[in-house]
Amino acid sequence: MNFVIPSFAPAMPEIVLLVLTSLLLIADTIWSKRFQFATYYAAQVILIVTAVLIFMSFSSEEVITFNGSFIHDSFADVMKLFILLITFAVFLFSREYLLQKQFYKGEYFTLGLFSILGMFVMVSAYNLITMFIGLEIMSLSLYAMIAMRKDNQAALEAAMKYFILGALATGMMLYGFSMIYGATGSVQFDTISGVIASGKVDSTVLSFGLVFVVIGLAFKLGAAPFHMWVPDVYQGAPSSITLFLGTAPKIAAFAMMYRILVDALQGLSGEWQSLLIMLAVLSLIVGAVVAIVQDNLKRMLAYSGIGHVGFILLGVIAANPDGYSSAMFYTIVYAITGVAGFGMIVALAKIGNGFDKIADFKGMNARNPWLALMFLFVMFSMAGIPPFIGFYAKIVVLEEVINAGFVWLAVFAVIMSVISTYYYLMVVKAMYFDAPEDSSKVEPMSNQLNIVVSIVAISLLVLGLMPSSLIDLAYNSL
Amino acid sequence: MFGFPILSTLIWLPIIGGLFVLFIGRDKPSLAKWLSLAITVVTFVVSIPLWTNFDTTTASMQFVEKTPWISHFNIMYHLGVDGLSMPLVLLTTFTQVLVIASAWDIIKERVEQFMGAFLIMGGIMVGVFVALDSILFYVFWEALLIPMFIVIGKWGGKDRVFATMKFFIYTFLGSVFMLVSFIYLYFQSGSFSILGFQSMHIGMTAQILIFLAFLAAFAVKVPMFPVHTWLPDAHVQAPTAGSVVLAAIMLKMGGYGFVRFSLPITPDAAMTLDWLVIGLSLVAIFYIGIVALVQSDMKKLVAYSSISHMGFVTLGMFLAYDIIQNTGGIQGASLGMEGAMIQMISHGFISGAMFLMIGVLYDRMHTREISAYGGVVNKMPWFGFFAVLFAMANAGLPGTSGFVGEFMVILASFKANVWYGIVAASTLVIGAAYTLWLIKRVYFGPVSNENVAKLEDLNAREFAIMGTLAVAIVLVGVFPAPIIDVMHTSVANLLVQATTSKL
Repeated sequence: MNFVIPSFAPAMPEIVLLVLTSLLLIADTIWSKRFQFATYYAAQVILIVTAVLIFMSFSSEEVITFNGSFIHDSFADVMKLFILLITFAVFLFSREYLLQKQFYKGEYFTLGLFSILGMFVMVSAYNLITMFIGLEIMSLSLYAMIAMRKDNQAALEAAMKYFILGALATGMMLYGFSMIYGATGSVQFDTISGVIASGKVDSTVLSFGLVFVVIGLAFKLGAAPFHMWVPDVYQGAPSSITLFLGTAPKIAAFAMMYRILVDALQGLSGEWQSLLIMLAVLSLIVGAVVAIVQDNLKRMLAYSGIGHVGFILLGVIAANPDGYSSAMFYTIVYAITGVAGFGMIVALAKIGNGFDKIADFKGMNARNPWLALMFLFVMFSMAGIPPFIGFYAKIVVLEEVINAGFVWLAVFAVIMSVISTYYYLMVVKAMYFDAPEDSSKVEPMSNQLNIVVSIVAISLLVLGLMPSSLIDLAYNSL
Repeated sequence: MFGFPILSTLIWLPIIGGLFVLFIGRDKPSLAKWLSLAITVVTFVVSIPLWTNFDTTTASMQFVEKTPWISHFNIMYHLGVDGLSMPLVLLTTFTQVLVIASAWDIIKERVEQFMGAFLIMGGIMVGVFVALDSILFYVFWEALLIPMFIVIGKWGGKDRVFATMKFFIYTFLGSVFMLVSFIYLYFQSGSFSILGFQSMHIGMTAQILIFLAFLAAFAVKVPMFPVHTWLPDAHVQAPTAGSVVLAAIMLKMGGYGFVRFSLPITPDAAMTLDWLVIGLSLVAIFYIGIVALVQSDMKKLVAYSSISHMGFVTLGMFLAYDIIQNTGGIQGASLGMEGAMIQMISHGFISGAMFLMIGVLYDRMHTREISAYGGVVNKMPWFGFFAVLFAMANAGLPGTSGFVGEFMVILASFKANVWYGIVAASTLVIGAAYTLWLIKRVYFGPVSNENVAKLEDLNAREFAIMGTLAVAIVLVGVFPAPIIDVMHTSVANLLVQATTSKL
């Protein structure tokens, strides 16, 4: 048996990330006593180095390596760059939040880096086993991160819930993977799709496998009816981790869905389309209706996120490359908006009992008009009101859905998005129309966070006025 | 002309100016006010060349600006005006000046945010009227809700939150179906260009669905019976300046939508369903007029009267099909259509004036209940003079702008169907009744209580605002020819489009 040394070049960013993070893990134990923030700065440098590596190796060419288990293409590069960008912002917020809440530890950042490594593997996985490994690397790191605040009941409960339900989902998915392997005789995406195309498969087993895989995906994405963990975990987790959970892993989960459903199971698109339609419709309803009654902003944003996942699924339902591009665009936009939304909560966390009730935002316009305006941008962008970028995300998805012939689905989606507008407006109402309960000025934890939140929120408007480049990016990378 | 982007200036100067006012005007209310006034005056001056350099011989778009915006979907930043939109643009820039002036001493809280919101609204409203790409149109159309939502909710009356929520959700729900139609049309025509939509063939089923989607958007905005209920709430709660913008300009967007989208894009559906719009318009004219009669709140009364008057706009537009069937020519149809367009301009002046009048009283007495007043004219003779003039215009007295549009539409409706004419003409009685009764109860008679006895007459600022509007109302009433000339070619072209089958 020959042993061929595979080409390492396509996986260079992952390899470098892994080596540096491992070194950082060791270094952290040595220097953390003397230099408090060394690990944080090193983590940010590692993110930048990885981004530079990805940027340098950017190519639209598809390269498959490691014996067909790893793919490098422009989709992967774009997804990874956005994951890095968002994580960079998340780390910025996290450091001050952790200090404020007095559980600053270097491990937080190394765990964050490991979870990014997992996301990278998911984004680039080209067989079922690699995909599973990536998913586990990401999830295990996240469980640990949520549980880091050991003295907080809610956080521990959230971690437990996320762990148990996450494990259940992983189990489902693994079961599905095994059925697909059983039906097609391969774990490799291109072989699977080849076997399905040839028609020589046991379609019953394959369909069962598909259903389990879709359930697993729905769990990870947080699509209804597999969304139960989302609100509890978002609310219970420390805010900086909610910020992380609500943004970067969504991109990874979308990439995972794309790789499995499109790269491997495109031949079954007729079947997964109808599954996804059910998930999308339910997610849109839950996202629009249940969010209305929430009084905790993190919980409300969790439900609203379920609605946004519904929109992402709509793009995939179109089952053509333009549809996937629109879903990708929506995912990126949602992640950016999420950074601004959860970021605001993190930035204000030192005030009172944590600034995460909608009632806390009462009279925000009187207490800090600038931040009120920024949060207004976030709310209207999430609601999909022009001229903010969230509007274009919705319209692009609707376009592909209508083009694919699902006009009724588009009409349903717009009605749900009108309903969901209500709770975004309620936040704006609290900020602008209600009298403040406490008239002291509201200030973010530091000027730096003020600037970061403002930049992200303003970018929602600027991208909304000039959406062309981001749209082109999404459409050209698939 | 000179390649100067007038339309872009009209959009972006107020928007950027508004943001500027928002940021530098903090704690400097008088700076914010003067700056806002300067910006609106400059915007109005810049808009005048649209009128003076307008070519009345062509129905094609003028002052066109066109650059790619979102190239992947072939979305253009495409602006232009024709005879239908140009008067509305001028109405907007003109009203903006009065609106800023009207809020001068009234708004005490967060002046810079108030002024900024109105400036931004002004730019967006111009954008609605001049956008020739449907996505660009939609962006302006929806974006307008944000500042208006804030204005009603922040500076409004007691139930302002309910009113502003209702306003936002109602109009938003109406317009999302329009968005779906735009996307559908995009896949049929390959671009989002409104002019492109107007020249393509569409099957009957699709036309009907698109027509209904458009109707949902525009009927809410006009507003037509039975989706008018947001308007009285919004008007009563909104601050005076907000009511003026709502009545004078925002309602016109619905009417404009019919002539820019419904009639030219889906003519066959419009012909099939014209009975629906005509019926709802007649209900609005008659029934809402009666409803106006029994209101005890002045603002509500004027709000209902607005709905009733806007009924003439939609009636005049959709009479065309019946008239052409009866007479075989578009001559009579253009009477109705031009009447509708004049009615839009005139209603912009009159409803603005009526709400400003109520604002003047409310600022002094802090109540809008009709029963709290009586004999105001004894204490405020100048104000009484203007009030009676505006009321006469509202009732459609010849010599005021209110007469011209209504009379043209009533004439046209007699040509279409005698019964339409009779119902429409009933407004001459009902409109006169509720307006004159309002005048009688509020202005005439003896001074009713000591609060009224303490009233002071108009100050110079209020006098200037009222005077300007009075001049405009009389001018349009006596000499409407220039406005009709401007829109004549475009209306003729519109009627050709609206009556050419696109199946």
